[in-house]
Amino acid sequence: MFHQPAAKGKPDNAIGYKSKLGIFMFIIYAVIYAGFVVVNVARPTLMEKHFIFGLNIAVVYGFGLIVFALILALIYNHLCTMREKHPAQNGAKGGHK
Amino acid sequence: MAFAIFAAFVAFVLFLSFYFSRQTQSASGFFAAGGQIHWAVNGVSFAGDYLSAASFLGICGMIAVAGYDGFLYSIGYLAGWIVALFVVAEPMKRLGKFTFTDALDSTFNSPGIQLAAGISTLIVSIFYLIPQMVGAGVLVTPLLGLPHAVGVIMVGTIVIIIVATAGMKSTTYVQFLKGALLLIFSTILVIAVCQRGLTTNPDHGGKKPYYDYRKIPAAQQNGTIKPAAPGFTFAAQQAHTTPQGELVVDFVKLEEADRFTWWKVERKDETIELVETASVTVRGDGSRFVNGIENSDELQVGSLSQIAGKSGDVKTGPVGAFKFLSLLSDKDTIVTRWKKAAVFSDGDHMVTLFASTETPGNKIMRPGLQFKVEGTILQRLDFVSLMLALFCGTAALPHILIRYYTVPSPACARKSTIVAIATIGFFYILTLYMGLGAMANGVVNPFSDNMSAPLLARSFNTYLFAIISAIAFATVLGTVSGLIIAASGAVAHDLLDRFYDLKLNERQKVIIGKAAAFTVGLIAIILGIVFQGMNVSYLVGWAFAVAASANLPAIIMLLFWKRTTASGIIASITVGIIVAVGLILLSPDMFERYGLTRSQAPFQLNQPGIISIPLSFITLIIVSLFTKKKNVKVAAI
Repeated sequence: MFHQPAAKGKPDNAIGYKSKLGIFMFIIYAVIYAGFVVVNVARPTLMEKHFIFGLNIAVVYGFGLIVFALILALIYNHLCTMREKHPAQNGAKGGHK
Repeated sequence: MAFAIFAAFVAFVLFLSFYFSRQTQSASGFFAAGGQIHWAVNGVSFAGDYLSAASFLGICGMIAVAGYDGFLYSIGYLAGWIVALFVVAEPMKRLGKFTFTDALDSTFNSPGIQLAAGISTLIVSIFYLIPQMVGAGVLVTPLLGLPHAVGVIMVGTIVIIIVATAGMKSTTYVQFLKGALLLIFSTILVIAVCQRGLTTNPDHGGKKPYYDYRKIPAAQQNGTIKPAAPGFTFAAQQAHTTPQGELVVDFVKLEEADRFTWWKVERKDETIELVETASVTVRGDGSRFVNGIENSDELQVGSLSQIAGKSGDVKTGPVGAFKFLSLLSDKDTIVTRWKKAAVFSDGDHMVTLFASTETPGNKIMRPGLQFKVEGTILQRLDFVSLMLALFCGTAALPHILIRYYTVPSPACARKSTIVAIATIGFFYILTLYMGLGAMANGVVNPFSDNMSAPLLARSFNTYLFAIISAIAFATVLGTVSGLIIAASGAVAHDLLDRFYDLKLNERQKVIIGKAAAFTVGLIAIILGIVFQGMNVSYLVGWAFAVAASANLPAIIMLLFWKRTTASGIIASITVGIIVAVGLILLSPDMFERYGLTRSQAPFQLNQPGIISIPLSFITLIIVSLFTKKKNVKVAAI
């Protein structure tokens, strides 16, 4: 009796869509993050090259990863909210797998 | 002043705790704040929970001494939230009730999972508690003039009161308050740093005057380096023998008006110069001397000797945010950094020396000063391993996962994660400015870089220092509260109520939760004293590795692989914990702490993630394949 979900919410018909979208966006970000780590290890001196506004690649890539995470998060939320509000219009099928 | 602000903050936090205590009579209220926290509040509380001593004190400190390498932690910590948002947030909320064990066990009802996940939560929480408590001790010494141990005990006591009175509700509001204050005042500090600009004169006329390290000429006579300046007499020297059998003197001890100081020998062409080091000498009777003065505060270091090719008395005046970074990354900007140069015994004295070294800006602003990305394969693997652990660790931290149960719905869990990404990401950008500001403004304590951000604030004025220090203290309070709630939930809910099936009523669960909070708090106090002196962000790197190895493979595979079995999850958690903790205990850093040499360590990586995380995944797959479920029931993701 003590391991049910904390709050019983309304049925969510967009679970499958949100899950696939999440995985897709996760892969995009993971690839860019992996690229950052690889460049740092393979060509660390490349990171000191000045790129834009007097900033070097290390700073631009680092700030870029932080800002890109927020942009992806906002896109993800927008798409998920749209699908939650209008599951039928978007062709959502069944909720729980 | 600092004490007054600190005391006012603590009093307010305790008031909140007692105020909410009347509303937390049920287990749901104690462990999950009734699941009724607004997503925006929860998002900022996520930031308050996550931006721990490691983020504020540790990262700023590491940037202050190692430049861009410290910022790599910021990038890794933030990237981990992507895993939390896209993979974990909503399923966790849907499947669990109070703890992440609920989610793992939602389709199996397996006592083995309850036991393994409960123990895993306890171990990860304790690993994460160590750096927070170390950070508490670090803060109290300059703020209140109290010893490290007193700071640790003070934080432990306050947190136990916060958690034991009102559980998750008071913890949430403490974290919300702290998260908001941290963002506001860090922004103010960064604006102040940019307004000051860069200068080659690190003395800003603050409360603590800048100590100008001296250089004097010297000469070699019969294998001894002797000072060639009035007022100094030779006392002793430290030398090493080259493979060719030549004796080379590295450091010289000089006496000056009954004060003993250590000097680094620098040879240029035919001339010899002695450069004063920052030294701490602990005598056999326990008395402690800093640069020859008993019980003195550590001296502050870190400055620019040249800015974009200009030397002498250079001041840029106010600079923009990009210009600040651009000037510091210029190859013709020279930063005077301080590194640990030697630890040796001088009779019954134990001496630790830090010496200055000049580093061009282009090297400061790219990886390589802390992480040996241009070193051996093992050193590069160590770096990759750390970045992997940071990426995978966030979504596996128990105190982060339990915050998904404080909001009413999965959509709220998602939205609160996005608020967390925005606030935490913004803060991490600020860390680069605060760390570099400390590096360039002569405020780094070479013996413990953790205080760099508060000391940077002190270089502006005492009020800002007091506020930043109080917030830093709150940072520790907020995170430790969350960790203790997570550990308390693991003991009371996962282990006693579910695994041992004690059939506790609501009141008993709350009482046991409070008792567990008290016990974990005591353990945290002891560990915080034992690990004094280690960089807190570095310690958190280990906590992330353990969390990522023990918990993440189980969460991911449960959600996305239909063949996952209870046995697979139990094996994965067990292997993840044992391998990650075992490799940490066998690492070079720990061997150094045992008093042995680094080369004696059987495992030559300091970061275990690159081994332990894949191994945990592989274990889960193999065991699951060999223990097929009779009734396959896939988790609803």
